[in-house]
This record gives sequence, structure tokens and C-alpha cells, in this order.
Amino acid sequence: MAEVEAVDPLVKVRDLKMYFPIHSGLFKSHVGDIKAVDGISFDIAPGETLGLVGESGCGKSTVGRSILRLYDITGGTVEINGSEIAQVDRDKLRKKRPMMQMIFQDPQASLNPRMTVANIIGEPLDEHMKLSSDERLARIYELMDWVGLNREFAKRYPHEFSGGQRQRIGIARALALNPKFIVCDEPIAALDVSIQAQVVNLLEELQDRLNLTYLFISHDLSMVRHIADRVAVMYLGRIVEVASRDKLFAEPLHPYTQALLSAVPEPDPEFERNRTPIVLKGDVPSPANPPKGCNFSTRCPKVMDICRQIEPGVYDFGEGRQVACHLYSESMTTTAEPTAGDIKN
Amino acid sequence: MPDTAMPILDVKGLKTVFRTRSGEVHAVNSVDFHLRPGELLGVVGESGSGKSVTMMSLLQLLPSPPAEMRNGSVMFGGQDLLKISPEELRQVRGSKIGFIFQDPMTSLNPVYTVGFQLAEPLRAHLGMSKAQARARSIELLQLVGIPDPERRLKDYPHQFSGGMRQRVMIAIALACDPQVLIADEPTTALDVTIQAQIIELIKELRQKLGMAIIWITHDLGVIAGIADRVMVMYAGQVVEEGPVKEIFADPQHPYTQALLKTVPAVRGPRAERLQVIEGQPPIMHQEPAACSFRNRCQFAFDRCAQENPALTAIAAPGHRAACFLLDEASMKKPEAVNG
Repeated sequence: MAEVEAVDPLVKVRDLKMYFPIHSGLFKSHVGDIKAVDGISFDIAPGETLGLVGESGCGKSTVGRSILRLYDITGGTVEINGSEIAQVDRDKLRKKRPMMQMIFQDPQASLNPRMTVANIIGEPLDEHMKLSSDERLARIYELMDWVGLNREFAKRYPHEFSGGQRQRIGIARALALNPKFIVCDEPIAALDVSIQAQVVNLLEELQDRLNLTYLFISHDLSMVRHIADRVAVMYLGRIVEVASRDKLFAEPLHPYTQALLSAVPEPDPEFERNRTPIVLKGDVPSPANPPKGCNFSTRCPKVMDICRQIEPGVYDFGEGRQVACHLYSESMTTTAEPTAGDIKN
Repeated sequence: MPDTAMPILDVKGLKTVFRTRSGEVHAVNSVDFHLRPGELLGVVGESGSGKSVTMMSLLQLLPSPPAEMRNGSVMFGGQDLLKISPEELRQVRGSKIGFIFQDPMTSLNPVYTVGFQLAEPLRAHLGMSKAQARARSIELLQLVGIPDPERRLKDYPHQFSGGMRQRVMIAIALACDPQVLIADEPTTALDVTIQAQIIELIKELRQKLGMAIIWITHDLGVIAGIADRVMVMYAGQVVEEGPVKEIFADPQHPYTQALLKTVPAVRGPRAERLQVIEGQPPIMHQEPAACSFRNRCQFAFDRCAQENPALTAIAAPGHRAACFLLDEASMKKPEAVNG
């Protein structure tokens, strides 16, 4: 998977912006915007997993939802499998839905409690394909086999399942229409540790078998390190660093990535006794009113005067590694186009 | 911590049952543990393992019905907390034993100011005047690192961020100088960088104030960094306990071993495939008559389905595990028993 040759990316996102308007006052006039996603670009190669990490409120889920056009985006372009997604009208978009699917965080809330498992998995088939009832049932059984659900459970309702099994139902539904690209939005966050590993292994198996491409959104850095080929780190609506998994975890360059990684505790008492985490002061600023200059300047331990004035450019370190930080402005030249990682290694 | 110190909290045979429409659920099954002065005991387990219910049972914080305390004793300060009157129990809650809950969003009252909620225990338990309580509240907010405390007393919980709210919760729990602080997943709802702040704060406060802490979590990384002793729970029972070093370096129960392997590392070598514990934890409709982990255990044998293993001592002092494999091992290698 990591050995990606010079192929065209399956997903190409350029300067994506998603602002949510704030309305206030008697006439609900537009007084400002929450800049949830403020100009991000990245590519994902076919068969690759891009991990998208960041803290709550940084906009990572909004990225996942906007590139599947679950929101009408404010600006930028999104290209999936060669077709433009960002601006197409509803009818054309509907035809493109089968190739791009989503697995949601909360398997409890994303499954209709009044539908049986068979109907939940079968709903996308009813919407997009014309199958006879035998074909439909055969497909449902096949999907249930793929995700490791017993066929006998087809007539049961979601509340009869545990969290891990419910997430399997959600995965089966996402796979129903043979998608090429799946956005996994915190798929394991609501699950117990011993169940998390089961679901992650399943996602990896399915990727190998069906040649799927994932955008894996998570705040769990250790899980992202396990599943992702490349990792993008977000802070307050922007990508601050993107690199191959090994490079990012071995040698983080952006001060935010450094702090984020150092904050993760290790299940090893000896190591923990000697670990001195970079403890960031304060909280994430509001995306309605981001600071001037670099978004991270209010909490950055290495902040300089320039950071509070000018937004940093994106510096290319080669081999698909890009960092948006003034610390590297002297040694590096700005890339012409922030692609958040040239995938041609 | 010296092993000889008298425990400040000594729990024996604790049993909590929920009576539900679909029958009884045995959430806590004969749990024994103790806490020494100044010690930090980490309690690890998955959701439904009974770790929170155990701690809430100590102070009878569970609504009854459906909860029912069937058995056991909780010795604290020379009295059994399960036997004393509700009035006496109220004197212990929030005053001698403080509690921090997982979700700082829902455990603070949204319609009262933070200042009011901080002063409440001070006035109720310590009989302070308004002015005294206010002065102490400012001191407490300073202690937990909230900037500009005087002004912030007038603010409501929604005006604080998640991390700041958890600091307020800690300040309330510490208000009456408790001897024991029970923290139920205090950092689970927080982001990693904020979690790091709260952990540093608790470490600092522990050195300053010297209270004993019970820290409930499912995050083994957090436990490794702060605990002196660890207790692993599964299906309402303690399956292993011991000094933190022993638990991580030499886990004895197959569940503890598997749990440590399922978590991928952020540093060091990366595993190609994650180790998996197949299946799911059982729902305990009956008192356990056999090992509750046997259906997920790769080492299970006949005896595991016939009897329920008790905690048995292992070589290292204070290290105990509930598994029949240990009997087998000791039969083969008798020298391992006494270390």
C-alpha cells in the first residue's frame, strides 16, 4: 500500500473552505462565520489510507463531510475518481454517491432503530440498483459475511447488537454499493479498547480485499499510526503538517504535532516516569475569531514575532512532507501549490 | 509506598446488583480492595466491567432501585460506610471522600455560578460564612490553575472550556481537603493536550496535598504514568492487582496480557496487525460460577468452566491474579510460588 507509484490521486482536494454563518439579532443578519475548514488541500492515492488527526473542534469531521458533499461547501474544489464533486447539482451528485461512502462515529445514532439489519444494509441497494428480491438478499448475506455478522441476525433490530456489532452493520451498509472511497469518521471512538482492535482489523482486511481508499478521521494517534499510510494533522481549520506515517511519528516537525505526540501517554511505567510532555498552555481559540497570523501562535511554545503577524506558508520537505510553520521559512522555499503531500514518492 | 501502612479505605466482599426488567445484572461481584494513605490506585477495565459501579457503591451514589447493595463492608475512618446512617454518610461524601466525574459538562449544574457550586460544600460541611467560603473558593481556583479566579467565580459552567470545567470539578472535589479522591475517567472526555494538562495538575496536587486517589480509566497509558498500584476489573470482578511495574512488565492474567497487546503504540516499533480479544464481555445475569473470561481466553481449559478462580498471590509482593493457570504453573514449578 505504501509503495504508491506515480498514479493519479483518487481524491484531490484543493483549497477547501467550509464556513458556517453566524446569524444574530432581530433580523437574523449575518454577523460572521465559523471558519470550520479554512483552505485545506490534499490528495489521496488509490488504495491508500490518509489519517486525519486533530483535537475536537479542529474541523476534521467537517472535512470528511464536506468532501462527500454532506454540506454545501463555501469554496474550493473536490475531485473524486476524476469527477468534480464540489459544484455539481443534486441529480448528478446522486449518481456519484455509490462510489463514495461514509462510516459514522456513533453506530447507535447512525442506524435507524426501526429497521432490521437486512433493511439497513439493503437500503442503498434499493435506492441505487434494481435488484430482484433474491439478488438483494444474496447481496445482503454476502455483505454480512464480509463484515463478520451471522446471517441469522438479518431480521434483528440494531438495539439487539453490541457497539462493535453495530459498527459492523454500518460498515456493511457503506460497502453495499461497491464504493471506491470511504470516509471513516472516528469509527472506533465509541468502542471499547478490545473491540476497537477488532473493527480496525476488519477495516484493513476489507481494504486489502476490495482495494478501498480511506480517509480515516480520528483523534486517537496510536490507532492512526497503525492504520494510516500518510497522516495529516489539523489545527483550527488548517492542515499544519502532512507526512508519511513513519516520518511523522518518528520526527514531527510542526510544534503542534510535536506537542500532540508528546502528550500521548505510553503504557509503560518506566518510560512514563521519564517522559516530559510538552504541555500546551490554554485552549484552542474560537474558529469564529481565529488569531491573526498563525492559528497556533496563541499556544505555540516556539512562537516568534512574525507568527503573530503573518500566516505561515507551506514548506515542502520532499517525499510528500509539508509543514506550515515559520520556523522553516529560512531553510525552505514555499511550494507553488500546497497539495498536502505529493504522493509520488 | 510502604506495604505496612494501614489502609485508609478497606473494601471487602462488595456486591452490587441491578434489578432490571430483563432480570438481575450482577455488576459488582465480591470485590475486595484497599487504598493506603497517599497512594494512587489505578482501576482499569472496559465499559461494563463494574469499575464505576464499584466506586459509586462505596458512597451509595447509585439510585436504589434499581441498584441493590447485597453484601460487603467498606471500612473508612473506623466505620463501615454501608452501615452508617444517611446523615453520617452525607458527612463523608464530598467532605472526606471527594468525587470527580467523567463528564464535566453534565456534572456541573448549568443554572448556578461556579462560585456558588464551589461554596456549597464549604458552607455545608465546614460551616464557613459566605465571606470565608468566597476567599477559600478563590484559593481553590488558583490551586487548580484557573486564571483570574475572582472574576471567574461569577461565571456559569457554559462559559468555561472542557478542560477548565474539569479543573472546576477538581476544585470542588478538593474543597474540603478530602483524605480520598475518587476520579472516574476524569480525562476521557478531554483532548490529549488538555488531558496532559489535567494529569500534570493532579500530579502536582498530589504532592502538595497528599491525598489518596482512586483513578478509574480504560486508558492504560494514563495509568502507567501516574499509578502506584493497579487493579484490573472484568465482568464485575478484580482479575488482577499489583504494583504498576509488575502489572505492565509481568502481567499474569490472560485478560491483562491481551489488553496490553491490543493497544497500538505511538512510539517504538509498529505492529503489522493488531492483537484482538475475540468476542465481547458477558452480561452477568447470574452470580459467576465459573471464570467470566473463559469464552474469550485462548488458554481456557476444563476447570475454567467449573469453578470461579480466586485471587492468588504471585511472586512479587502485592501482586495477585485470579486465574487457574497460575495453579498449573505453580504445580509445575514449585519454586516460583515463594519467589
